[in-house]
Amino acid sequence: MKLIILESAEEVASWTAKFVAKKINDFKPDSTNFFVLGLPTGSTPLGMYQKLIEFHRAGKVSFKYVKTFNMDEYVGLPREHPESYHYFMWNNFFKHIDIQPANVNILNGNAVDLDKECENYEKKIVSAGGIHLFIGGIGPDGHIAFNEPGSSLVSRTRVKTLAKETLEANARFFDNDLSKVPKRALTVGVGTVMDAKEVMIIILGSHKAFALYKAVEEGVNHMWTVSAFQQHPRTIMVCDDDATSELRVKTVRYFKNLHQVHQKLIDETSRTNSDTEF
Amino acid sequence: MENSELIRFENCRILKHGQIVENDYLLVRNGKIEDYMKVYFDEGKEPDIKINCKGALLSPGLIDIQVNGGFGIDFSYNVNDVEKGLQTVSEGLLQYGITGFCPTLVSSSPDVYKEILPKMGCTSGAINLGTHVEGPFVNKARVGAHAISNLRTFDEGMKTVEKVYGNLDSIKIITIAPEIEGALDVIKQLTNRGIIVSIGHSEANLRTAEAAVKSGASLITHLFNAMVPFHHRDPGILGLLTTEPIYFGLINDGCHTHPAATRIAYRTNYDGLILVTDAISALGLHEGVHRIGELEIEIKENCAHIVGTNTLCGSILPLNKCVKLFDEYTKCGKIKALEAATLHPAQMLGIADKKGTLHEGADADITFFDDNLDVLSTWIGGRCMYAKCTNSFEIIKT
Repeated sequence: MKLIILESAEEVASWTAKFVAKKINDFKPDSTNFFVLGLPTGSTPLGMYQKLIEFHRAGKVSFKYVKTFNMDEYVGLPREHPESYHYFMWNNFFKHIDIQPANVNILNGNAVDLDKECENYEKKIVSAGGIHLFIGGIGPDGHIAFNEPGSSLVSRTRVKTLAKETLEANARFFDNDLSKVPKRALTVGVGTVMDAKEVMIIILGSHKAFALYKAVEEGVNHMWTVSAFQQHPRTIMVCDDDATSELRVKTVRYFKNLHQVHQKLIDETSRTNSDTEF
Repeated sequence: MENSELIRFENCRILKHGQIVENDYLLVRNGKIEDYMKVYFDEGKEPDIKINCKGALLSPGLIDIQVNGGFGIDFSYNVNDVEKGLQTVSEGLLQYGITGFCPTLVSSSPDVYKEILPKMGCTSGAINLGTHVEGPFVNKARVGAHAISNLRTFDEGMKTVEKVYGNLDSIKIITIAPEIEGALDVIKQLTNRGIIVSIGHSEANLRTAEAAVKSGASLITHLFNAMVPFHHRDPGILGLLTTEPIYFGLINDGCHTHPAATRIAYRTNYDGLILVTDAISALGLHEGVHRIGELEIEIKENCAHIVGTNTLCGSILPLNKCVKLFDEYTKCGKIKALEAATLHPAQMLGIADKKGTLHEGADADITFFDDNLDVLSTWIGGRCMYAKCTNSFEIIKT
């Protein structure tokens, strides 16, 4: 596992976007060979999306031969609702880039048969050849996608009932009315993300510091689902300084000392060595 | 451009839902603004054509509900070649960012109405939204530049109205002085038929004006002009601004309305404020002597007077300039200035679902402005009808 510690959220946005763009460009995707991305929503990855749009406008990266799979979506929320993840992805990313509609995949929380929808999603990922890079954020309780504390670490895409804490945290987006907050969501499982060839997790802010500590310094534990990625062969965690406040000084120093090595991951002049040490 | 093609306007700022949205797009098909997200996810389609707007501000096209003519044409006196005159004006208005207008007739004789009204049809430039007939049922004490000999009273109520105009089908707005005997009953009948009644060229006191609104009148013609000036014991028609939900036209050309009067109207009732030009045949022409109806008029320093008098007789300042002046006088900002010439007239005409807005489902009538509120290009139904210069936008086939 790599832990990249950067000074600010802006630096994280820039670093992660450069990393994604480089991954796509190094892959040299074409009409027969697509690069497959797993994508999150929320305020954490927003800066990365904005940078990627900037790079796209500057002609530095194209999404023409990129396929995407989003992590999750609320059940029963109209697609045009400003809190739906379709709405988020469309307005914050897809409408600004050149990705083809057929290559965009987001779970349909309004499907008649939700179980079938989840089952098909897994199949679609497989038939796309698996995910090359899955990007995620985490909640303060260490959840990844909607895999909340206690979720199985080998879980697959499924319907998930949301914890009361999550509903309360989300109420601010639904007129502070708990009754309007969707109670269920469709989400990829921890196992689904584990299957990706590479995983990048973004952690920003002091309110995520304890979760980062659990993810990095403690052992694998299904009460902190993100900790599962300690066992993934290629995991990169990218965080800002604020998020490191619960880590030991020793841990922070160790990873900061690797800064030079980490910068090579976004060096546009060199091709990523697939054997980069993790 | 084929109609069913998807056209994406990009690299622009869009006046939408009362704000200027940065970094957004308009997707247009069959002349209408589409729900881009729906087309993308449901139809899986991408744009066929992209228009690089080069940073322009995209506003709904301007709407002028009071245009007497322009480019040498006066609708009221161009009896012999009505259709051609209408086309000339409709095409000329495009350069001012106007996509819809109400051709307006001053008080005329029944013969003239019968000759002209049936010919006020479809236009090749800015869209004809229906004729505005100012008079002849107006007060001779507030006649302005209209010929007194043409004025009428409602001797036989609605019957007189039909006798005077002939067919009412092409009429959208009628300006009436509500103090004329029988006016209230006529207003009721006209508004029941879907015709908008505007109060104007009138001496009405506030009580009569309020009665007119209760009878269905919803508009005031060129506020402050051709009406009793404000008096604190009877504010007259001006009092409607505070007592009724009402729309009113305002000629904000720098001569018909003092900047302070514009500010009073703006601060009293912005929601009802509609910028109009009351443009005359000399719009688009140079300084000198011209004709409005049977009167000789003189153009000097952006104002038009009846020759030998101080009587103003309609404006020659284009609507886009009135919008700019309105922002200057009131400091209301671009959004409010533009909405007073787009959304408000559309709401007054009852067409705000299609015109005066750039929300999904509306007609793609769009004006491109630069930061100075100067018109760069004018589009109707997603097609460019006027461009100031060839490089103000760029078409990219995908």
